[in-house]
Amino acid sequence: MTIFNPSFSSVNHYSATLPPDWPGGFWLHWGVFVVIIFAFVMAMVMGFIYLERRGIGRFQVRLGPNRVGPFGVLQPVADAIKVLIKEDIVPAKGDKWVYWLAPVVAFVPALMIFAVVPFQDGALLADLNIGILYVVAISSVSVVGIFMAGWGSNNKYSLIGAMRAVAQVVSYEIPLVLSIIGVVLLTGALSMNKIVEAQTIPFILLQPLGFLIYFLAACAEINRTPFDLLEAESEIVAGFHVEYSGMKFALFYLTEYAEALAISAIITTLFLSGWRGPILPPFLWFLIKVFAVFCLIFWVRSTIPRLRIDQVMAFAWKCLLPLALINLFITGIQVIVWPEALPWAVVFLNLAIMAVLVVLWSKFFRLGGGRVEV
Amino acid sequence: MTLALSGEDVAAKLEPQFPGSIIESRGNNLLVKSESLFDLASFLKTAPGLDFDYLTSITAVDYYDYFEVVYHLTSIKHNHSLVVKTRCYGRDNPTVPSVVSLWRGADFQEREIYDLMGISFDGHPNLKRIFLWEGFQGHPLRKDYL
Amino acid sequence: MAIKTEPFVINIGPVHPSTHGVFRMRATLDGEVILDMEPVFGYLHRGIEKLAEGRTYTQNIPFTDRLDYLASMSNNLAYVMAVEKLAGISIPERAEYLRVIMAELQRIASHLIGVGAFLNDCGAFMTPFLYMFREREKILDLFEMVCGQRLTYNYMRIGGVSQDIPEEFLPALDKFVRQMPSFIDEYDQLLAENEILLARAKGVGILPKELAISISASGPVLRGSGVKWDIRKADPYSVYDRFQFDIPIGSTGDTYDRYWVRIQEMRQSVRIIKQAMEQLPPGEVLTEVPHSLHPPVGEVYGHIEAPRGELGFYLVSDNSIAPYRFHVRPPTLINLTALRDMMIGWKIADAVIIFGSIDICLAEVDR
Repeated sequence: MTIFNPSFSSVNHYSATLPPDWPGGFWLHWGVFVVIIFAFVMAMVMGFIYLERRGIGRFQVRLGPNRVGPFGVLQPVADAIKVLIKEDIVPAKGDKWVYWLAPVVAFVPALMIFAVVPFQDGALLADLNIGILYVVAISSVSVVGIFMAGWGSNNKYSLIGAMRAVAQVVSYEIPLVLSIIGVVLLTGALSMNKIVEAQTIPFILLQPLGFLIYFLAACAEINRTPFDLLEAESEIVAGFHVEYSGMKFALFYLTEYAEALAISAIITTLFLSGWRGPILPPFLWFLIKVFAVFCLIFWVRSTIPRLRIDQVMAFAWKCLLPLALINLFITGIQVIVWPEALPWAVVFLNLAIMAVLVVLWSKFFRLGGGRVEV
Repeated sequence: MTLALSGEDVAAKLEPQFPGSIIESRGNNLLVKSESLFDLASFLKTAPGLDFDYLTSITAVDYYDYFEVVYHLTSIKHNHSLVVKTRCYGRDNPTVPSVVSLWRGADFQEREIYDLMGISFDGHPNLKRIFLWEGFQGHPLRKDYL
Repeated sequence: MAIKTEPFVINIGPVHPSTHGVFRMRATLDGEVILDMEPVFGYLHRGIEKLAEGRTYTQNIPFTDRLDYLASMSNNLAYVMAVEKLAGISIPERAEYLRVIMAELQRIASHLIGVGAFLNDCGAFMTPFLYMFREREKILDLFEMVCGQRLTYNYMRIGGVSQDIPEEFLPALDKFVRQMPSFIDEYDQLLAENEILLARAKGVGILPKELAISISASGPVLRGSGVKWDIRKADPYSVYDRFQFDIPIGSTGDTYDRYWVRIQEMRQSVRIIKQAMEQLPPGEVLTEVPHSLHPPVGEVYGHIEAPRGELGFYLVSDNSIAPYRFHVRPPTLINLTALRDMMIGWKIADAVIIFGSIDICLAEVDR
């Protein structure tokens, strides 16, 4: 099985997948999809902001925003307008270019991930052969933007936040990639479209441990609770974006939600069988699954406290990394010895293995840290 | 019930060890000379039967001729309490020995008395103003301040 | 090749979402580890002790409300008890029981905020905080029924309490007392065994027993370190000797123990309120005290077990209508003496948690 096909030829490949009567060829396809992706991201981010605020409000025994528009649906619009008309304050001693470029460097990769996310069968901007590898590579560029923000602000709190960010994101890349490889082994291709097509049963059942590891590592990548110590409001008061106001802050805020959307979309594609589903049109199934994953993300956010940075690192290196390696090993064995007629046996076997491993690790691994002798 | 020890009883116990340092003992109070305050206090803290290991509070009062520093001591072990007072004269730089090395709880309270009343404490490791800013002139809680 | 590093100084506060008021900590950090810490107070100093010397004893009661505004009833109680001790006034039975009920309700309300703010500092994003506010709202409704105020009550008077309870108070209190234990169980269940909370709070910021006694700590800070010292049992005031209740004490003195002590104290407070409600006698609530009260020459130190520790008032009287000296023994300022010792060697994230577990109210620290 070829897993990685390095021969990527752009134009011929696209025209091979476009319908024969598609006018304008490649560039029109690109233009249409750029507009679609941009509109999709903006609309979904607005929807996510609203959903999160209402959802967390209900978790906290209170109504969420309910003044602006019926049931508060126009709240994100009000937020956007507020943020646009705010005064743009720039720290005098900060590094001007770094400070100015940081939000852009942080936001653009989040948007670029959507180039390979399949909304429907074959409906994506670019059906790259190396789809998921592209996603992993691009999503790590955001952290450079975060570090630039922390540095250019000329503020000790920002610097602390930025340092924490770099350490955290770099540590969690590895379990993230390893858990994706499990899915890739099952599919035999890196292309996102092929991964969705290969899911006759959703991979969450075949790879429960992989899903868990990917979910946690992705939450850590996008700085969501319990790993949101970057912008821990109660400690370093908004961390790396404390000195930003107005449109630049809006870009950071958008980045957070766009990345959450990207993670939800990737989890849907990799583990929940993307746009596949019985009765409804595929696009609607995709949306429903994305919303479900996002609900899980903010459910976790509103429930559990946050970890300290050394506990976060310990969790990545001592807990997630070994589990990801074991998962990879077991998936490799299963792919070679696949009982073709009984996929459900594999499902139960994997669930059992996951339960055993999780219980074992939680017994032997205590989130420690401890006092440093000064 | 916390037994408030009577001043005469405690004075009787202290007199053999520290002759002449107790000025007067009335009710629950014990008035001592400020020079021997530290030795008396360490004796009160460590002597078996007295064991005053808990310093409840330190205050100062401004009677126009003198300042009076009041120590409320408690013993958690025996559940009894005592009031020890000492006086310092003069408005310019009244000084009293500090008991921080015996009871660390005196740290902030003595700084507060220094800040608001102007009484200096000998032997305090960090005697600077606590509520008002450095460079503030005067001591507000004195009776002749405004 | 070793990389050159140097420690840097950072200000945590005074304007900070987690310093429970305007409190500033100048911390010297090496990376994330705290090497040294110096607390700076005084941002809320209003000179209450000096102001009180120019007002009559009764006019000082609203001042005591503003000392620790999250536990106003307790402050009132400590002050009026001290004045009554000084002037030799005895108060009716019904007033004593009402005072106990109000003080224990106040203890529950204050601990709800203390625990909620602590969990908020741990990062649980306001969810447990808002759950606890749900109960606090019920308590504040009860207080509003009694004295019309929600935060600074000014309810106690020298000689009793200012007014009797309305008819709807006792049924509402009964309903609250019957529901409260299940809510406390809910809070216990929500977070007491949570892995992350245990990792953040257990073993962090330990205050050893000898140090706790040496710094004159009081309240949950002292009891969390394993010292069984509660003014309600050691030196009972009001009618506390007629009730049965336990004193929860912790074992190690870390932040988790202090959090646990507060939750258990809420349960005991519910127990005391139930007994007080049963024993509540009819009668008057305020004795006749002359409008201009001239207590005899003398001094008094009256103390109670406030939610944050031992709150004491030292009053000196010279037979005039205003106190000659009015001094507050602030439990929170004295509890903060050990802050530096507890924080060194831990990280910034722990600094906020350790500070939150002491549960201070800046208005009392600074007066």
